[in-house]
Formats: sequence, structure tokens, C-alpha cells
Amino acid sequence: MIAGLTWLVAFQLLGELVARVADLPVPGPVVGMLLLFCFLRLRRYDDAGSIVRAGSALLRHLQLFFVPAGVGVVVYLGLIGREALPIGVAMLGSWLLGLAVVGWTAVALERLLGKPRDDLGGTA
Amino acid sequence: MSDLLDSVLDVARSPLALLAVTLGGYQLGRWLQARSGGHALVQPVLVTIVVVGLAITLLDVDYPDYRRATELIAFWLGPATVALAVPLHRQAAHLKGFVVPMLVAIVAGATTSIVSAVLLSRALGAGDDLERTLATKAATTPVAIAVTDALGGIAPLAAVCAISIGIVGAIAGPFVLDLLRIHDRRARGLAVGAVSHGVGASRMLREDETEGAFAGLAMGLSALAISVLVPLLAVFLF
Repeated sequence: MIAGLTWLVAFQLLGELVARVADLPVPGPVVGMLLLFCFLRLRRYDDAGSIVRAGSALLRHLQLFFVPAGVGVVVYLGLIGREALPIGVAMLGSWLLGLAVVGWTAVALERLLGKPRDDLGGTA
Repeated sequence: MSDLLDSVLDVARSPLALLAVTLGGYQLGRWLQARSGGHALVQPVLVTIVVVGLAITLLDVDYPDYRRATELIAFWLGPATVALAVPLHRQAAHLKGFVVPMLVAIVAGATTSIVSAVLLSRALGAGDDLERTLATKAATTPVAIAVTDALGGIAPLAAVCAISIGIVGAIAGPFVLDLLRIHDRRARGLAVGAVSHGVGASRMLREDETEGAFAGLAMGLSALAISVLVPLLAVFLF
């Protein structure tokens, strides 16, 4: 477990370093995620390995880790109340548009490239 | 008597007590989620935020003090974000013949959701910092927090927006996909994961394993796409 956590912290550190040195606008942990993904693919990393075990354990409780940030919302309750309409409409509207664009683009390209479909219900 | 009350309050406002309230609230949330049979509305993180929010309001603890006391918990957000590579790696086998449609769809979807969130909120008269906050809501919560922070938005609000939109996707996702006549399982998973990240993915996983795997994949790829696209699009949007 500690071996896996050490790897994760090391990749986060590497990600922070790359993001800082290359002056990327992307957060360090996201760069770390990408580097770790490449590492796991290249090594054909085993499912029983320490990184997979530690990573899965952390991800099971991912929600706990953003509580301290989320609680900050109590400071902004007034703002949310005042701006409820733009917040609500922008959230739901852009959710619907994003969902439709991703779904339709994927289906259309699959058809265009002549790939077999994989429909729900399993008759494809 | 009032001495006793003062000592009790002192302990109740200590970092240890605030950590205990946070962990206890999270356990309560997990218990409620199990009791409700895993209902999409019962997210442990929301229960915890309500419990902690009430507790620090009643105890009269300032948010920055709470944030410092729980640094121990918030620290793990970074390594956990890195760990998102693990499910991505495990699902990579599902990808054959779907890589191009998937990447194009993810980039198109991330662009759509960023631009439309900013323009819709601007049209309805939201302020600049609110626009910057809403831009990132389709990303998984840790990434939404980090990207919003870098962009100059309100990070705690971005966290709550991301969680809320995840819940919307978990409740309404499959139904809306039927309305949109999207029946391909890979495309369905991809769409929900792209706009409702992990919370949406957990719902899709209960519906169908392929949908769930692609939703997880879409969550990781969208997080990347959004963190790259937001700073780029910001040049034109703000």
C-alpha cells in the first residue's frame, strides 16, 4: 500500500515539475495522471501491482478528499441564491448540449468509418 | 459552569474535532447511501458538506480555519487525481476501433460544454468570476477545482457545481440518451462520462458494464481535454 502511494506521490511531483518547467496551463496532478497512464501502458502493468491497489483504494474514497474544498460553498450561499437562474440554466443547458454532441459525434463517426455498432439490447 | 462550556467549545473547535466531524459526516453519508440502495441523489460528499457546513456554522468556526484543520484530507486529492490513470489503463482493452470517434467526440463535447456554459451564464447576467467557475463543471471534481483555481474562478463553487452536474447525469442520463436516440453502448457511456464524470459513470456501470467502462474512460479523457481547452478558450471567451 505504501509502495503504491509512494509511486502516486512521485508521479504527482513529476507532473508538478513538468507543468512548472514547461509552463503548461494544465494542473500538475493532471500531467501526473497522463504520465502515470503512459508508464502503466508501456510496462503492461499488472492488475495486482501496488500502484493499481493503492490507486483503487484512494479512488474508492475520492469523494471524501474534496469535502474540504466543497465546504467552502457555505461562504458563497448568498451568491448562489442571487445568481440561481444563470447558474441553473448554464449548468443544465451546457450539460444537455455536451451530452448530445458527444453521443451524436461518436455514433456518426462510427458509422462513417464503417465500424460495427454495439447497441444496447445486444442484437448488433 | 461557563468555564466548563468554554473548555468543551475549545475542544469542539480544535483541528482534531473538525477532522472527526468530517470523517463522521462521510461515514453517515456512506451509511445513508447504502440504506437507500445506492440512490443517485444520496451522494456521501453532499451529506458530508451539509453536516460539516451546519457544524462550523453552529460552532462559529471560520472557513479558512476549517480548511487548515482538514489539510490532511485535502492533501490526498492530488495523488487521487493521479490515480485516475489506473481505471484508464484497465479499460484500454475496450478501445479497439473506437479511438478516433472517441477522441473527436470528447474534444467536441468538452469545447461545447465549456463555451455554452460561459455564454449561457453571460447571457443571463452572471458576473465574470461565475462564468469562470461554470466553465469547468463537466470535469471530474478534483480537476474542476484545480482548473477553476488557475482560471481565477471560485474553486469551492466549482466543486459543488461539478458534483451537482454529476448527480443530474446519474439521474437523467440514460433517459435523455433514449430521447436523443443514442443507442450505441460505447457512445452512451462516453456521453454520460464526458458531461457527468465519475458520479454519472457509477450510474452507467450499474446499467451495463460496457457503458460503465466507457463512461470511466470519458471521465479521464474529458478531464484532460477540459484542463487543456479551458486556458486556450479563455483567450477568446474572456
